[in-house]
Amino acid sequence: MENNNNNNNKENETKPDEEQTQVINPWQVSSKGKIDYDKLIDQFGCQRLDQSFVDRVHRLTNRSPHIFLRRNVFFAHRDFNEILDAYERGEKFYLYTGRGPSSEALHLGHLVPFMFTKYLQDAFKVPLVIQLTDDEKCMWKSLTVEESKRLARENAKDIIACGFDVSRTFIFSDFDYVGGAFYENMVKVAKCVTYNKVVGIFGFTGEDHIGKISFPPVQAVPSFPSSFPHLFSGKDKLRCLIPCAIDQDPYFRMTRDVAPRLGYNKPALIESLFFPALQGETGKMSASDANSAIYVTDTQKAIKEKVNKYAFSGGQDSVENHRKYGANLEVDIPFKYLSFFLEDDEELEHIRKEYGSGRMLTGEVKKRLIDVLTEMVERHRAARAAVTDEMVDAFMAVRPLPN
Amino acid sequence: MGVSKAQLLERLQAQQIQFSQYDHPVVMTVEAQAKYVGHIKAGLSKNLFLKDKKHRYYIVSALADTKVDLKVLSQRLGLGKGGLRMAPEEAVSEILEVPLGSVTPFALVNESARNVSLLLDQGFKTHECCFFHPLSNDTSITLKIQDLYTFLKSVERMVAYVDLEANPTVGKDQPPDLAALVPSDTPSIQNISEKTATLQIDGDVKSKPVAVTAKASKVSSGQQKEKPVNTANSSSSFADPEQFIEEILKKASAFVVAEIKEENIKQHGDQLGAVVSDSIRKNLTLEFKNLATMFKNTAYTEGFGAGIRCPAKRL
Repeated sequence: MENNNNNNNKENETKPDEEQTQVINPWQVSSKGKIDYDKLIDQFGCQRLDQSFVDRVHRLTNRSPHIFLRRNVFFAHRDFNEILDAYERGEKFYLYTGRGPSSEALHLGHLVPFMFTKYLQDAFKVPLVIQLTDDEKCMWKSLTVEESKRLARENAKDIIACGFDVSRTFIFSDFDYVGGAFYENMVKVAKCVTYNKVVGIFGFTGEDHIGKISFPPVQAVPSFPSSFPHLFSGKDKLRCLIPCAIDQDPYFRMTRDVAPRLGYNKPALIESLFFPALQGETGKMSASDANSAIYVTDTQKAIKEKVNKYAFSGGQDSVENHRKYGANLEVDIPFKYLSFFLEDDEELEHIRKEYGSGRMLTGEVKKRLIDVLTEMVERHRAARAAVTDEMVDAFMAVRPLPN
Repeated sequence: MGVSKAQLLERLQAQQIQFSQYDHPVVMTVEAQAKYVGHIKAGLSKNLFLKDKKHRYYIVSALADTKVDLKVLSQRLGLGKGGLRMAPEEAVSEILEVPLGSVTPFALVNESARNVSLLLDQGFKTHECCFFHPLSNDTSITLKIQDLYTFLKSVERMVAYVDLEANPTVGKDQPPDLAALVPSDTPSIQNISEKTATLQIDGDVKSKPVAVTAKASKVSSGQQKEKPVNTANSSSSFADPEQFIEEILKKASAFVVAEIKEENIKQHGDQLGAVVSDSIRKNLTLEFKNLATMFKNTAYTEGFGAGIRCPAKRL
């Protein structure tokens, strides 16, 4: 779901561009120091997801809120309260998320939105559409049509391995699915966005081929239920919730801008932090740097090595200093990762206290992390091994989902 | 750290394998063992730990009076004449992780012994129960040979019944009939999996159970360089209700067994039941739900496949 051309957006809703110490957009995430998420929320104009939301979700779904909610990994939103209000009234919604299948190698950062979406699917018992933008990758990267379609199917297996329920999930690839009602919506959206606007949002230039310029509607349109007549026929007012990383926000601002003009509900968003690279907070995991990330195909040995060698430590440089001053938890990557993935709140709290005060050493924290990551990756691999080509076909079949 | 006798016996109980236990002084030979348990109606076993020239290891477990000819076996395995010898003493402790004199098929539960090939005397089948050391030669247990076989297969070890006294000709037109029992050369690729080999019994009630999927976790389909292992194994536990339930029960039992230990008993007394029950929920719910979802997805896919091949006849 990323575009490759760069620009700062000039949406009406956001603050005017000032000297940026951090650059966040769908194609680039970088910052001089730590990423300032408050500033980002301010700049984009979305809302913080505070504890009251977490409590409300807990109440409405009758189950413990997902670790990503408890730990503020998903921390910002647009109109999530409306989704919850509607849900309380008995009105359902559907989920929409996606992936740009540019490579076979998925890392943990890629899994984050999928893990959270699976939880939302289970907790709210709502249907889900997953878009694989193979056409986008074909256009932006130098991939053939066949290769992008193949990667889409391969990625679909990893996505399915996250545990989605086939009776509530429709996975589609653009090359397979675009057409019919979906395409009609694409044309409607395209009519509402001027060339200048799209250049402003995505930074296209005169040199970019027309495929890129006409691509954005493809990603906007899954937010509208009429794009899926086999799923939501007659439910034009069904709301849509999009879990994604916050760098996608500019993109869906365009969609929300267009929606009322077409008589559709604006899609709601629930947004996450970036999963930091192993080397530190200043970037996000990148598929091009093998050591910045833990891949789902990494062996136990590789995980151990990567964490031990590359994970940026907030511990002090010597044992005495560490005992004296404790670890800097703000920048410590092993601790950060644990806050993403260590389920047990009490254990995390214990580590926070002991490591922060210097009683626990970095080695111990790293070891715990290695255990947690290994178990995760293991479980994912086992699940993925059970995904057959036929299962992918089943998920991708254009069929109604029993409600 | 090898599995201990106690841990092995616990596991057998957890899997509801019936056995009878006889403790006796340490015995180094079958004759010595017979002095203490020979009166019991069960087949006594002799267990040989062997090695070939390429440092691959085998356990030949046979009835005490079955004749085992190493030269013949060597040929039948395709190792040529004289390819098999008794393994050195260090190998017994290093690879099998049992004391000298305790060679037993059960040693295969240890990680270090994962690539040892086990040849079981077909003759065992003629006895209702047979004797084996449960990792230590100060005890002998009797159990049904089929239970031993199933137990070792469930942790994915190489086990096969062999007519040890057979002497087929091996030549140009008659390939060695036991060649399939030679362990493969590829170094252990299942380095991530197989935590069922060692049930870590530690005091922390909150810690997650270490007994992770025996079957499913062995498959590493992501790596292209690695030899593809038993993909069928993991997906079959999602396609077959019996295997699926077996999997779930195995994990749950292992978890319960790990939680019921002295300190916990002391700490919780008769509340232990409730505590363990809560702990199971807390630790295993997510995992089991995921397994169930995969099961559902597999079933749906089967239906989907059938449906597209043979559309339902509707008016």
